[in-house]
Amino acid sequence: MNYSPIRQKYLKQLSGKTLFLQGDAALGYGAIYAGCDFFAGYPITPASEIAELLALEMPKVDGYCIQMEDEIASIASVIGAVWAGGKGMTATSGPGFSLMQECVGYAVMTETPCVIIDVQRSGPSTGQATKPAQGDIMQARWGTHGDHEIIALAPNSVQECLSLIIECFNLAEKYRTPVILLTDGEIGHLREKIVMPDPDDIRLMSRRFANKGEVIFGGKLIPPMIEYGKGTFSHVTGSTHKESGMRDVQTQSVHEKLITRIYAKIDKNREKIIRVEKDFIPDAEYAVVAYGATSRPAKGAVIKARKAKKKIDFLRLITIWPFPRNEIRELGKRVKKIFIPEMNLGQISREIERFVHCEVVPISKIGGIAHSIDEIYEAINE
Amino acid sequence: MKKKHPLVKYLREEMLPTVFCPGCGGGTVLNVYAHAINELGIDPATIVSVTGIGCSSWIPSPYYKTDTLHVLHGRAIAFATGVKIKKPDLKVIVIAGDGDIAAIGGNHLIHAARRNIDLTVFLINNSIYAMTGGQVAPSTPQGVPTTTTPYGNPEPNFDFTQLAIAAGACYAARWTTYHVFHLLKSMKKAIIKKGFSFIEIISQCPVSYGKMVGMRTASDFLRLYKETSVNVKKAALMKEEELENKIIIGEFVDKEREEFTEALRNINKRLSPEVA
Repeated sequence: MNYSPIRQKYLKQLSGKTLFLQGDAALGYGAIYAGCDFFAGYPITPASEIAELLALEMPKVDGYCIQMEDEIASIASVIGAVWAGGKGMTATSGPGFSLMQECVGYAVMTETPCVIIDVQRSGPSTGQATKPAQGDIMQARWGTHGDHEIIALAPNSVQECLSLIIECFNLAEKYRTPVILLTDGEIGHLREKIVMPDPDDIRLMSRRFANKGEVIFGGKLIPPMIEYGKGTFSHVTGSTHKESGMRDVQTQSVHEKLITRIYAKIDKNREKIIRVEKDFIPDAEYAVVAYGATSRPAKGAVIKARKAKKKIDFLRLITIWPFPRNEIRELGKRVKKIFIPEMNLGQISREIERFVHCEVVPISKIGGIAHSIDEIYEAINE
Repeated sequence: MKKKHPLVKYLREEMLPTVFCPGCGGGTVLNVYAHAINELGIDPATIVSVTGIGCSSWIPSPYYKTDTLHVLHGRAIAFATGVKIKKPDLKVIVIAGDGDIAAIGGNHLIHAARRNIDLTVFLINNSIYAMTGGQVAPSTPQGVPTTTTPYGNPEPNFDFTQLAIAAGACYAARWTTYHVFHLLKSMKKAIIKKGFSFIEIISQCPVSYGKMVGMRTASDFLRLYKETSVNVKKAALMKEEELENKIIIGEFVDKEREEFTEALRNINKRLSPEVA
């Protein structure tokens, strides 16, 4: 996909610049690099800065940034804009993410490529609005009802906010599915150095459009799309539908075929989707698995433990969903104990338990203050 | 060869006949819509029909031969907002029931009217949640028993047209399925109106609502609509007590106001001289 001349010019001016940015702002800029031309959101801490950045910058590239009346309307308008040919994104935090869940299911069912950012904060409910957490891991996986697969990525730096949001858009187009960027208030509000990439170095996945007579809800594992206003008279529905898009809510085989295909397009491509950062050492006896903000003190603790002659592996999950189960299985065979520091009461720990026979030890911390290196170091030394 | 109805070209013919219950007002709305598009000479390829969940949603989905976005209960206007902003040249028409647009989706209705986005909204008011079997709706008159108010509805009902006007609609009208020619004229105006346009269509449900009020045929309802409707101009001269149990019909508002997608385009043009 090529950028529009306006966007190319805008990104060329950013290219090579070293900036001091918040994670949220990097997510906003990343969306512009990704070709996003429609953002809708509703104010919520700690995600509002994404909307504020895009409200400033999006009109400069002839895109739109809209504040809707609530989070439901935000994601709904994003899905509408995508069917009108746009590349759409919304951003929120826990309470808003809860409100969006029905629309996430609609995007899954209608195979609408779009991106949802959840800057996780401490919950349930209003919780600690200004404090970071990693409590929405399972909500991202199972928040909407019914059988489905989902893609979710978790950055751990401001630079990675920018690169992973571009990847989210590419995965959304490639697999015609909603993609969640699952960050946390720690990374969203973190300010650090970022080097802006050159637009010519960015690879964007183009949307595939149907040829005449080609169906858009079947025929292939990942069918092509249409764009409204091109005379295809397409029917898009969240109800169970045939390959043509027409509703059929009675026939068992129609539902089974549709849902198993939507499930399989992610499940069968999990090895292509999944990314991890692996730092394994020979004869390791222990391992730390971490993701997002927590992976930073976790890595620090691993370095400190290795200096103290502890044989310990480190694995960072960049892709949270689909779950990197093969990587976890491999790790489970290498070590006798896996430590998982996370800012929740053990959501990824429990997922890891499903795939290993070794001991799994959560290092949970909630209440809005991130783990320190020493806290993790002491926990793995106990 | 069997002769086709000249307006069937505006419908997804392969989906006919409709699934509406005998006597349902949905067929009338379908018919008037096809006439409106035909008389306006609009290319149906430039229309996006957006609708939610409920009996009235089955009027455009699947029958209107346009691009169709059949969405979640209550959210049609919110989805339509995204379509319209991205492609302002398309006619975006929302057709759904009163429960859909004004109960679960009421927030989107008032905010779309406030923004004055160029959507055309046909709210089909059948006084009940019909698809789910006759539960009380925000349109159900006070005192009427329903499956969820078996001792009579304790709540007064909503005046949807006044709600849309108060929220800022540029065009607002109310008609019944008896007033088809007025409705046709009004639909044509609403579709070409630049800005948020809204028509409340009072429509009969002889099945789910009829059983609650002892009116089991379409003609029972159409007779009632004929006898109890008062034009808004005439109503202005009448006393409040004279208007009790009357349906006020007619064009309530037809005004001009800056349209939302145009305001957005203007911002983009101001910031980048290259924007066409």
